[in-house]
Amino acid sequence: MQYIPNIVFIIALILGVGFFAKNVKKLLRNINLGRDIDRSDNKPARWKNMAKIALGQYKMVKRPVSGIIHVIVYLGFIIINIEVLEIIIDGIFGTHRIFSFLGGFYDFLIGTFEIFAALVFVGVVIFWIRRNVMNIKRFMAREMTSWPKLDANLILYFEMVLMGLFLTMNAADLQLQIQGADHYASTTGEIMGAFPISQYIAPLFEGMSTSSLVILERAAWWLHILGILVFLNYLYYSKHLHILLAFPNTWYAKLKPQGEFTNVEAVTKEVMLMMDPDADPFAAPPEDEAEGEPEKFGASDVMDLNWVQLMNSYSCTECGRCTSECPANQTGKLLSPRKIMMDTRDRLETVGKNIDANKGVFIPDGKQLLDDYITKEELWACTTCNACVEACPIGIDPLSIIMEMRRYMVMEESSAPTDLNNAMTNIENNGAPWPFNQMDRGNWISEN
Amino acid sequence: MSETLKVPTMAEYMAQGKSPEVLFWVGCAGSFDDRAKKITKAFARILNKANVDFAVLGAEESCTGDPAKRAGNEFLFQMQAVTNIEVLNGYDIKKIVTACPHCFNTLKNEYPSLGGNYDVVHHTQFLKSLLDDGRLTVEGGKFKGKRITFHDPCYLGRANGVYEAPRDLLRKLDVELVEMRKCKTNGLCCGAGGAQMFKEPEPGNKDVNIERTEQALEVKPDVIAAGCPFCNTMMTDGIKGKEKEDSIEVMDIAEMIASAEEL
Ligand code: SF4
Ligand code: SF4
Repeated sequence: MQYIPNIVFIIALILGVGFFAKNVKKLLRNINLGRDIDRSDNKPARWKNMAKIALGQYKMVKRPVSGIIHVIVYLGFIIINIEVLEIIIDGIFGTHRIFSFLGGFYDFLIGTFEIFAALVFVGVVIFWIRRNVMNIKRFMAREMTSWPKLDANLILYFEMVLMGLFLTMNAADLQLQIQGADHYASTTGEIMGAFPISQYIAPLFEGMSTSSLVILERAAWWLHILGILVFLNYLYYSKHLHILLAFPNTWYAKLKPQGEFTNVEAVTKEVMLMMDPDADPFAAPPEDEAEGEPEKFGASDVMDLNWVQLMNSYSCTECGRCTSECPANQTGKLLSPRKIMMDTRDRLETVGKNIDANKGVFIPDGKQLLDDYITKEELWACTTCNACVEACPIGIDPLSIIMEMRRYMVMEESSAPTDLNNAMTNIENNGAPWPFNQMDRGNWISEN
Repeated sequence: MSETLKVPTMAEYMAQGKSPEVLFWVGCAGSFDDRAKKITKAFARILNKANVDFAVLGAEESCTGDPAKRAGNEFLFQMQAVTNIEVLNGYDIKKIVTACPHCFNTLKNEYPSLGGNYDVVHHTQFLKSLLDDGRLTVEGGKFKGKRITFHDPCYLGRANGVYEAPRDLLRKLDVELVEMRKCKTNGLCCGAGGAQMFKEPEPGNKDVNIERTEQALEVKPDVIAAGCPFCNTMMTDGIKGKEKEDSIEVMDIAEMIASAEEL
């Protein structure tokens, strides 16, 4: 009988981690629906990016208020997770504070966890106020209603509850140690751990009997660890996936100058063929292209994007820093780079579910990313200024998706705005976007 | 200004069996737009003054393809690029200077993988190097002590990380350099990039250039300094829209230097 809690704990752990692993598998499958792209060059620079931007939160603190609070919550998250290790070991073996043999260092650890737990709690409350009371524009945009808004708040509630449980657990534990309860108090009667925060909560429990304290401590302990397992599984459905994906996301981010857009290789092949006077226009296409359809230019759906762009969409924290820097968005246009990322993720999820429901193959559902999720009006409003790319705290490149979709609209659909088509015809005919004769290009020299 | 400009073409150089130190890539705006032509000439005058051995392509130059590429027309872009690269490589060009950040970005970053490898610099970088090498001297002249704010062109700043060359030049002019709320990495676009110059804006509540002009007006400048012919147009229109054209000028840094030196 006495092993029942241990067994229940192990089952909960296996279920929690197992479900999470299943979701990770699905996540990887979906990301791999994207086209291939090689981003394995210059590894030192990639590690450096990851260390600076993901680990070091370098871009977060460019906005000091939210940045610094975020750093606290982030540090708290990482540091308190060390405590989770002890919780897991205690849970499996039925021990109590297994690491307490570390003595003074243990006191230091627990003390630090407590301080961080309190700081995280305060930080999260401030975040909640910023999101719900302060009317901050980037949290009020049209893409931030219903689920995205709820998601953001749920995470904050989650963290408040988890931190609250952690401190309650410690306070009850401390009170039990003071009362010399079996299993809790050390043989020497010395208090294990330091409780700089929960020592102020403990007095609230003074009048309680040992048995009710044990129930309270156990309840807080169980809810805390089960909460963490639920949270782990909530990630996949939430913008909170960024706590994991920010790392690969920054590692695989573009290293080239922001202004350098890719040159489409399939186009290069055709252009070279057209320019080559010796090319035989009736020659059979080279081996590797002999079968299947010719490559589609640009992107009309998520499968046409590359896997880094799809990973970007899962990593997006929906913070809206990109959108608040976007010149189009600032001047009231529909375009929001954050929405580009959110739509890409939503579409990818739908495609993923379609594949799950159809035994591993995607059955066309009459929808696509272009038009059904992202409208042409949004795409044409972009000035390609890179402000969104620069602003993103985790190295997401919304502009690259906009560009792929423009390529599709122009090269596959010929659906560019008329004025743009005129400019392009001019470039084609006379080498300038305006209707001037190329022969007159040097006229400025002699004009006055 | 009485002296006529000396602007030889590559064809002329070739005929003499010589090659210039640098090719001046004028660009479409610089060749055809009335406002931008003034920048082109100002820059050419400075090059003449500093005795820089340069040439232009003249009628052999064609659009780099930047607007086509940003619009999504990769075919047209690559056709333009490959044609231009053929001309440039035919003349064995090593170094290119241009007063247009869009040409600069495209030539520098997007031509290499299509076979065009050149040392490409923006005219503010080139002018800075002339000063550093002592080939050109500038003094504040009429801009001394004036309040100047520099509008970072997206394709010079964020896109290629060039923030200091234009500012160094302004400092040389002894101006009082004031920064806008949004500058350098956080600079706000003028609204022309990404082929927006060649189409009507999407519906919204304001034009981007007006938003940017308002940011510039906040710092009460005498001159808004620009480094891009398109930004120049956008900011000039913005200033006109705000009816401030009598008190605030929009000038390219090359024009400012030429004017300070009374060229
Ligand atoms: S690149 Fe496009 S989407 Fe990104 S900030 Fe600039 S205008 Fe907005
Ligand atoms: S793309 Fe980056 S900046 Fe934009 S909302 Fe997502 S995480 Fe934030």
